[in-house]
Amino acid sequence: MNIFQDANRKQIANRRKMDWMLHILFVAATSVGVLALSALIIDILIDGVARLKPDLFTNFPSRRADGSGMKSALVGSIYMLLIMAPISFIFGVGAAIYLEEYAKKSRITRMIQLNISTLAGVPSIVYGILGLTLFVRLLSLDRSLIAGALTMTLLVLPIIIVSAQEAIRAVPKSRRDASFALGATKWQTVARSVMPSALPGVLTGVILAMSRAIGETAPLVMIGALTYVAFLPSGIKDSFTVIPIQVYNWLSKPQLEFKELAASGIIVLLALLLLMNFSAILLRNKYQKNV
Amino acid sequence: MPSQRIQAVNKKTQTVTKEIYDFKNKRVSIMNKVMPILLFLCASVSVLTTIGIVVTLISETYQFFQKIPIFDFLFGTKWSPLIPPKSFGVLPLLSGTLMITLIACLVAIPLGLASAIYLSEYAPKRVRKIIKPILEVLAGVPTIVYGYFALSVVTPIIQSIFNGAGVFNALSAGIVVGIMIIPMVSSMSEDAMSAVPRSLRDGAYALGATKFEVALKIVVPAAFSGIVASAVLAFSRAIGETMIVTVAAGSTPNLTANPLESIQTMTAYIVQVSLGDTPHGTIEYGSIFAVGMTLFVITFLLNILAQYIARRFREEY
Repeated sequence: MNIFQDANRKQIANRRKMDWMLHILFVAATSVGVLALSALIIDILIDGVARLKPDLFTNFPSRRADGSGMKSALVGSIYMLLIMAPISFIFGVGAAIYLEEYAKKSRITRMIQLNISTLAGVPSIVYGILGLTLFVRLLSLDRSLIAGALTMTLLVLPIIIVSAQEAIRAVPKSRRDASFALGATKWQTVARSVMPSALPGVLTGVILAMSRAIGETAPLVMIGALTYVAFLPSGIKDSFTVIPIQVYNWLSKPQLEFKELAASGIIVLLALLLLMNFSAILLRNKYQKNV
Repeated sequence: MPSQRIQAVNKKTQTVTKEIYDFKNKRVSIMNKVMPILLFLCASVSVLTTIGIVVTLISETYQFFQKIPIFDFLFGTKWSPLIPPKSFGVLPLLSGTLMITLIACLVAIPLGLASAIYLSEYAPKRVRKIIKPILEVLAGVPTIVYGYFALSVVTPIIQSIFNGAGVFNALSAGIVVGIMIIPMVSSMSEDAMSAVPRSLRDGAYALGATKFEVALKIVVPAAFSGIVASAVLAFSRAIGETMIVTVAAGSTPNLTANPLESIQTMTAYIVQVSLGDTPHGTIEYGSIFAVGMTLFVITFLLNILAQYIARRFREEY
């Protein structure tokens, strides 16, 4: 009897030890991600802070690192956002309303839905290839701001549609019923009852999609956003550059000074992203209380 | 006859009101007829995008294969599109892409899965609330920033460990791509694990199981389809990753198994060509479509596979 008890106790002790060891292992594995993020941020701050001077925002890029700035890239990024935000909002939210409120459960609807989730998994550079052929060549928009903005619109559309659909789905059915009971038509219900209630969620999704677009490099390299731009675009058909491309350009130069410039460009980019994400969170928190 | 006049005015008001009503009704009914169509057009943009991608890729790739035999493209072992003698064998690009992807998955799948287990089974609510958003930030960092991170942090570390490592090497880029896709694996796997009902865990605890036994023998098997689907999606994401490999892995199409050498992936090749001024209609220009087609087909199939696995093998409770 005693022998069995001993063996049993030993086994339990072993299992406890195993449990404890795995716990440590899981914590360690989780902290790798956190550590990597901290290392990344610290490294960029150390390299880039020194060149984070007004010159960076007021000067155009130049061949010498000193006094080189990213004015054209910053302005290009903002212009691109301003063009693509309304377009992608209209098409993305329109598609979401159709799928959630109007579409019948048919084969076509299922196909559209499947198509959207598949599009979200297509590599961004493939969108670049599409943009190059469709906008730059076929519609002969050339390597312009509008071609870039349209390409990025197609890229972020699936993200906006999916998040807007979730926001619309979260609106309780009782709201629609109340509107119909007052004699409202379908469109009145959608436009005046469902959408106002879903809007904060929709906007959050749109802002997050924009922050994805602002960091995207590859498709814009494809459609030919220039790496060296020493002027501000004055119209939608002008050529342009954006922050990530400017960073890439600096990064591909061998001199150390340009690497520092790249790091300070990254700081600006991350600050912009932080700002957008923060406003998305604020928006969500502000309206979550009201519902 | 004041009453007659009143009646006449009354009648007029009625007709005017009716006209207003009619007008409003007409507008309302127009909106009700037009809006569904407009909204449907919005939804069809996504379908048109897919059609656009497929048509573009197929037509340009077809022209490319008029000049370069498809067999030479798929099975050729030398990729030298710009320097004569020109040769268009995609295998070096494919092997470069595969090497990056494998390294990335070796990093991301164990770490992501362990993070998911920790977050869903071990972590107290408070810790979870902090760690989860931090991991999600990793997914939102622009890829060019990861490229910088690879060059300025990971590559020097690798060079100090391995003597033969060059400034551009597959290992550094692969590791960083892996870090980028950790949150994909962890958040999707965690969702799958959270969907495992509490009663299954309680049953195991009642039998005297320890926490790791519950996690590894009950929860992970029950959530297995979701975990595999997340791994497949992460794999597909790593294949399509562009800027990290462009910046850190170099631009040498190289059929090698040595991760310390410089290689070139399919995505990095496309970027390289589009940075140069390659005129439309040349073989080089066509080659980016052939490579893009290969990339699209692979990632498309992987995404379909992930959706199939998630649906077909899901355990229903």
